[in-house]
Amino acid sequence: MLPQRTKNPLKSFRIGLAQINPHLGDVERNIQKHLDVIAEAEAQAVDLLVFPELSLHGYFLEDLVAETACRLDDPRLTPLIAASEGMSILIGMVEESADRRFYNSGVYLEAGQVHHVHRKVYLVTYGMFDEGRYLAAGEHLRAFDTQFGRCGTLICEDFWHPSAVSIVHADGADLILGISSGPGRGVSGESQDLRSAETWHNLNNLYARMCTNYVVYCNRVGYEDGVNFWGGSEVVGPDGSVLVRAPYFEETLVTAEISPDALRRQRSLLPLLRDERLDLTYRELRRIYRERYA
Amino acid sequence: MTMDSKTDLIAKARTALDLNLPLTVEILHSFIRNEVHKFGFTRAVLNLSGGIDSALSAYLAAGALGPENVLALLLPYRASNPDSRSDAEAVVEALGISASLLDITPLVDPYFAEFADMDVKRRGNVMARARMIVLYDQSVAFDSLPLGTSNKTELLLGYSTLHGDMASAVNPIGDLYKTQVRQLSRHLGIPEAIIKKPPSADLWPGQSDEGELGFAYEDVDHLLYLLVDERYRPEELIASGFERQFVEDVTRVVQSMQYKRRPPIIAKLSQRTIERDFRYPRDWGR
Repeated sequence: MLPQRTKNPLKSFRIGLAQINPHLGDVERNIQKHLDVIAEAEAQAVDLLVFPELSLHGYFLEDLVAETACRLDDPRLTPLIAASEGMSILIGMVEESADRRFYNSGVYLEAGQVHHVHRKVYLVTYGMFDEGRYLAAGEHLRAFDTQFGRCGTLICEDFWHPSAVSIVHADGADLILGISSGPGRGVSGESQDLRSAETWHNLNNLYARMCTNYVVYCNRVGYEDGVNFWGGSEVVGPDGSVLVRAPYFEETLVTAEISPDALRRQRSLLPLLRDERLDLTYRELRRIYRERYA
Repeated sequence: MTMDSKTDLIAKARTALDLNLPLTVEILHSFIRNEVHKFGFTRAVLNLSGGIDSALSAYLAAGALGPENVLALLLPYRASNPDSRSDAEAVVEALGISASLLDITPLVDPYFAEFADMDVKRRGNVMARARMIVLYDQSVAFDSLPLGTSNKTELLLGYSTLHGDMASAVNPIGDLYKTQVRQLSRHLGIPEAIIKKPPSADLWPGQSDEGELGFAYEDVDHLLYLLVDERYRPEELIASGFERQFVEDVTRVVQSMQYKRRPPIIAKLSQRTIERDFRYPRDWGR
C-alpha cells in the first residue's frame, strides 16, 4: 500500500469558534460556560467547536495551576466529553498527567471520548509571560485524524515556531487548529490595528498560504489583572482569505464552512504541498543535528 | 556600523508614542468595566484635582461606567490654587458625574500645627495621604472602587506620594506616558485650559512638575520610551547624542524609585512567602 499523508480526507463541515472570557481559576463556572456555548453552537449546526487556550482555567493562573489542574478522567469533565457525542469539541485546560506534571493542553473530544491531546510544546516564559515556571512542556507535535479530516492542534506560542507548523503540516494536517490566550498590546497610531492582532493575522495568513491549509485561530477575550485578551478569532482559507473574523474584545461565537473543494482548488493552483521535499528536509535536518550534537 | 542619531531615535519614540486613540479608548473603557464589575461593583470614585491626569481618569470612567456611576471628590486645602477647583468643577459639569467637595484643611492643619518645622514636601505628602483617606472612605460610602490617576511617566520617576496619590484599586492610565495622557485628553474633549496649564501637584503655591523634575515631560517621555519600552542601554543613547547628565539622572531616578512601585518587602522565613513564592493573580477566581 502506498504511504499516505492523510488517512481521512478533508470533509465539508461547519466549524465554530467560541471566543469566550473564562473565569480565572474557576473550573466549575467555566465548564458551565462551555456547556452554554455548546448549546448555542448546536442550534447553529456546528460540527466542530473550538475553544481558546486554557478555556477551562483562564490564563494568568500562577500558583493556581497546581490547585486547579484537572486529570483527563476528572468526573467534572464528563458532561463536556458526553457533549462530544453530537459535536466535536476542542477545549483548552491545565492537564494533570499521571506522573503529576501540569501541561497547557488542547484536548480534542469526539464521539464521546477524549480523542487527542496536544500538550503545548513552546511554553512562553519572557516579558509578561511565566508559563515555564508553572507548567511542563509537551514533547510531541502530531497531526491526528478526526471525522472531518486530519488536524493539528497548536497552542499560542507553538505558532511562533514555524518548525511546529511545518511538522504538523508534514504529518498530514489539512486543518491547523490554533488556540490562544493572546494579550492585546501595542496601540500606536502607526497602525490601524492593535499590534498583537496585526501580527497574528499575518501569521495565520502566512501559514494558511504556505501550507495551503485551513488555519483556525481561536483567541479569548476579557481581562486578567489589567491585561486584555483581544479576541479577533478567525478562520483563514487555504488561499489566505479570511472566511470569518470575530470582533475584538467581545464574547461571541462565529462559524465558517470548511470546504474540501476550496482546499483542492488552491492546491491545484499552487501545488506547494506536491512539491514539498520531506526527504530532503529530513536529510538536511539530520545533517544539522549530527553536526551540532554528534 | 551605522548608529541611529538622537534625532532618529526621538522621531522613533514620537511615532511610537502617537496613540491609536479610538482603540486605546476602547481598551481602557473595557478595562474599567471589566475590572470594576468583576469585583461586584458598578461604580467608581476618584480624586479630581483639576489636573489633566485625574480629568482623564474621570472621562474614561464616565465613558466606561456611565456618569451616574462615577463620583469625583474635590479635596482642596486652604492654600490650593483656586483654579484647580474651578477646573475640576468644569470636568464634573462637562461629564455630569456626581461630585463631593470637602476641604481637607481641618483634617491636616491640626497635624501641621504639631510640627512647626515641617517642610513643604512633608506637608505635601501629608495632604496627598489625607486625600487617600478620604478617597478610600468615600469608596465605601459610594459602594465603589477607587480609580487611580497616576500616569506611566510619574510612576517611573516616582514623582508621586507612596500611599497617597499612588493609592487606588484600578488604574486606567498607568501605562500612558504624560504626552500620551495629553493626546488622549484632547481626543476625549477635556477642556483645553486643563490640557494646556503647566502640570502641578498643587501641594504648595507655585509648584510645577517640570520645574521640580528639571526637564520637560516631552523630552523625558522620549527618553523613558527608549529606555523602558525599547530597552536601549543608557550608553547607547549617550553615544547617539543624548545629553549624558539627562540620561544618567533619569536612569538613576527610575532605579531609586523602584521601591514605590513594589509592595513592601517581607523578611522571608517560611517555604512560601507572600509575593515571593505564594503567587496568585489579583483576579483570582473572578
